[in-house]
Amino acid sequence: MLPPTPSQTVGPFYGYALPFAKGGEIAPPGDPRTITLHGHVLDGAGQPIPDALLEFWQAGPDGSRSGAPGSLRRDPTTGAVIGRDGVAFTGFGRVPTDADGHYALRTLPPGGPPYISVCVFARGLLHHLFTRAYLGEPEGDPLLDSLEPRDRKTLIATPERDRVYRFDIRLQGDENHEETVFLAFD
Amino acid sequence: MTSPTQKEISAEIAERRDAYAKAVADGAPRMDHPHRDYPPYRSSVLRHPKRPPVPVRDPEAVELTGPVFGHTDVTEWDNDLTRQHTGEPLGERIIVTGRVIDRNGRPVRGQLVEIWQANAAGRYIHQRDQHPAPLDPNFTGVGRCLTDDEGRYTFITIKPGPYPWRNHDNAWRPSHIHFSLFGTAFTQRLVTQMYFPGDPLFPYDPIMQSVTDDAARQRMVAAYDHDLSKPEWALGYRWDIVLDGPTATVFEEGR
Ligand SMILES: [Fe+2]
Repeated sequence: MLPPTPSQTVGPFYGYALPFAKGGEIAPPGDPRTITLHGHVLDGAGQPIPDALLEFWQAGPDGSRSGAPGSLRRDPTTGAVIGRDGVAFTGFGRVPTDADGHYALRTLPPGGPPYISVCVFARGLLHHLFTRAYLGEPEGDPLLDSLEPRDRKTLIATPERDRVYRFDIRLQGDENHEETVFLAFD
Repeated sequence: MTSPTQKEISAEIAERRDAYAKAVADGAPRMDHPHRDYPPYRSSVLRHPKRPPVPVRDPEAVELTGPVFGHTDVTEWDNDLTRQHTGEPLGERIIVTGRVIDRNGRPVRGQLVEIWQANAAGRYIHQRDQHPAPLDPNFTGVGRCLTDDEGRYTFITIKPGPYPWRNHDNAWRPSHIHFSLFGTAFTQRLVTQMYFPGDPLFPYDPIMQSVTDDAARQRMVAAYDHDLSKPEWALGYRWDIVLDGPTATVFEEGR
């Protein structure tokens, strides 16, 4: 096995490069199944992180995991991002947190296991972190079943109102708050 | 609050390097990636989890597949950072090329590579970067491309300058290009930085030194390749990238 290239922090200056117009709008516009997943990214002092970047990957509403190109679709004349074509479900989203450390994603509920995979990047974070936002508590989920109840809770998005879920991500816990469970794939 | 001095930061860097060397000598596994908890990089202190990540060994995990990109996502000129404006950027023109492969040496084909960097004077075109170096009206510092069938990427750009930052007193980042890479699985996602060979700032930089393993740190440094240099035009650097993490195809035969 070849040794891998090490990770480095995304730093503070990715803003011109990585975020793209409508990066958090995975759902085709006007689709009545659209859900909103939103929340804050917080540090170990409970402060919101305004320079985090979240990426989302999920199965399509039919359970398909093949994704589709076109998340960053460009205008061939100007080169500017014009966004997804409103037909294909790319399964991929990218959202920078705002000045309040808040993000919002609009997508369709995944078919199959009801979770959206989340990858967190931030200034100060030397190696990205993976977690999952579960839109329910499926029976027999190998990850959820392996966790203590208080840890498991950090992965369950809270339904706030119809089709709106709240999912906060705490990079570090404190006396009053549980740290989000992060995942290792190896 | 007074800023730590370089001497204090360098002492912390040395302390962690020695602790790692001792741990390896005592039989601990080598580390390929940086420590997320690396206090010499001050911003990491409140932004790293205190608990170890939970292993996921589910062969049905969605993360074993990943997003795909195509020709609609990238234009033909996006990999030439010297041609995005009416004039040419100032600085030393360079060609940066290499292959994106997985740990089995298989090329990552048709995947998105994104880069961003400071200009030749060490200034980013970002409003948070206000240090007194000039902006270059002919340089944005952003590029992207898709890898070819051998996993190869190529960018034409200018060599970025080193720049100061506020981690500690007299803190300077070595010249670097930020890279973002996708594999065939979301687990292989990588954001990293490419450095230039022989940069005297390496030992002073807590971000680079957060990779405490000497061999691993060396893998972030490109090689100058004279055969890549083009007469009267540009210097060539080669940097191959190996993506970590399992994929859904690992167990498939014939891949
Ligand atoms: Fe940088």
